[in-house]
Amino acid sequence: METPRARSLTLMVPDWPGHRPGQHVDVRLTAEDGYRAERSYSIASPPEENPRVTITVERLDDGEVSPYLVDEVHGGDRLELRGPIGGYFVWEASMGGPLLLVGGGSGIVPLMAMLRHRRARASTVPTRLLYSSRSQDEVIYHNEFDDVAARETGLKVIYTLTRRQPSGWTGYGRRIDSDLLRDVAWPAQDRPLAYICGPTQFVETAATGLAALGYDPTLIKTERFGPTGGE
Amino acid sequence: MDQTDGVPLEQERSGLLGGGKVPESFISRAFHGRRQSNDVSARLPPGQYLERGFPVLSAGPTPHTPLERWDFSILGSVAQPKRWTWNELRALPHESITVDIHCVTKWSKLDTHWEGVSVDTLLAQIESEADYVIAFCDGGYTTNLPRDEVTGGKAWIAYAYDGEPLPPEHGGPARLLVPRLYFWKSAKWVRGLRLVDTDEPGFWETLGYHNLGDPWKEQRYAGD
Repeated sequence: METPRARSLTLMVPDWPGHRPGQHVDVRLTAEDGYRAERSYSIASPPEENPRVTITVERLDDGEVSPYLVDEVHGGDRLELRGPIGGYFVWEASMGGPLLLVGGGSGIVPLMAMLRHRRARASTVPTRLLYSSRSQDEVIYHNEFDDVAARETGLKVIYTLTRRQPSGWTGYGRRIDSDLLRDVAWPAQDRPLAYICGPTQFVETAATGLAALGYDPTLIKTERFGPTGGE
Repeated sequence: MDQTDGVPLEQERSGLLGGGKVPESFISRAFHGRRQSNDVSARLPPGQYLERGFPVLSAGPTPHTPLERWDFSILGSVAQPKRWTWNELRALPHESITVDIHCVTKWSKLDTHWEGVSVDTLLAQIESEADYVIAFCDGGYTTNLPRDEVTGGKAWIAYAYDGEPLPPEHGGPARLLVPRLYFWKSAKWVRGLRLVDTDEPGFWETLGYHNLGDPWKEQRYAGD
């Protein structure tokens, strides 16, 4: 488990064709009577780990598939996958930067594939990750950020904890807004590549904020998911 | 397998050969799922689940065009292009409709209420022999459709959802509404239709999604 609600599952897929960082897979579950459910999950692992494919799943309270993947699946089980899917929300080291990644909650998953790929390539593309979570214990991949990211050239990780902060916390403690983005984002004149992923409102705020800072809208890529709740 | 830019788009990593019985190996141990009532199930295309919210998905930031600068055009392979301002569009005969919508990301929403102008009403004002349309939108999004998927009462330019002006995140001020196909064809922030004699894949169609997108045939990705 990455956090109390999020679990990473690493699958061995012997004939996996490879993928690009940011793409996802469709997972299909079949019950004994043939009933099926399908959902999409971003790939958390970089293509360099082929044929291992890792997905990170967050348990939704009223989910049909996520509780099964987080609570029930164990080593030795088989999953039916289709993919990789998606050619838009993709970053590869060859695309350069500077790179701005903005993730909210489980939106960090495809961004993590990009960061792991960047590390595997020993890329020095200047990169900033702004990662919003509700509390410190909901920061997915926090060990990896602490241990590895701290030592990487040209990578800066900025956290904001929106509901609860540990005592002594000196980082941001609020939902992203245009001031926070202005503090953290690369200057627009550097023509950064921006990738934003998370719940709808988060993505809306971030995308609008970056466009208002002068970012080229065609260089702002968005992916929205997570619990949708009501309107 | 189709390819784009030399990158394999997708592969089925498993497959049920022929039809009929589910091979033992593909049954997910201890998975039971959540069944809907029969009448709901019958309305969900294969692989879809019932969603009560209204998810927002988009490629890029939300555009905002003021209504006084907004217009809708039909152009391309037409005898004479036609353009409507916002007020002119709103003055046209319009309809209230209730339809089920299906997103390629697997959610379906039933009985959604919209108001808009039928695409038939707009196409009646131009002359064209063209077989395909390309919807073009603020922000650069495009999607392609056979002309007969947007005629005969199958498509609208929708400007109200659930009795309210269509919000920007859902495509307002107006979006194309084509409920019979996956919802990426219901182009948000639509600004016009270009009629063409030869089909041209649009934004998602170029990125590996199916050219037509019929949810009842589960045409999600190229090659389906």
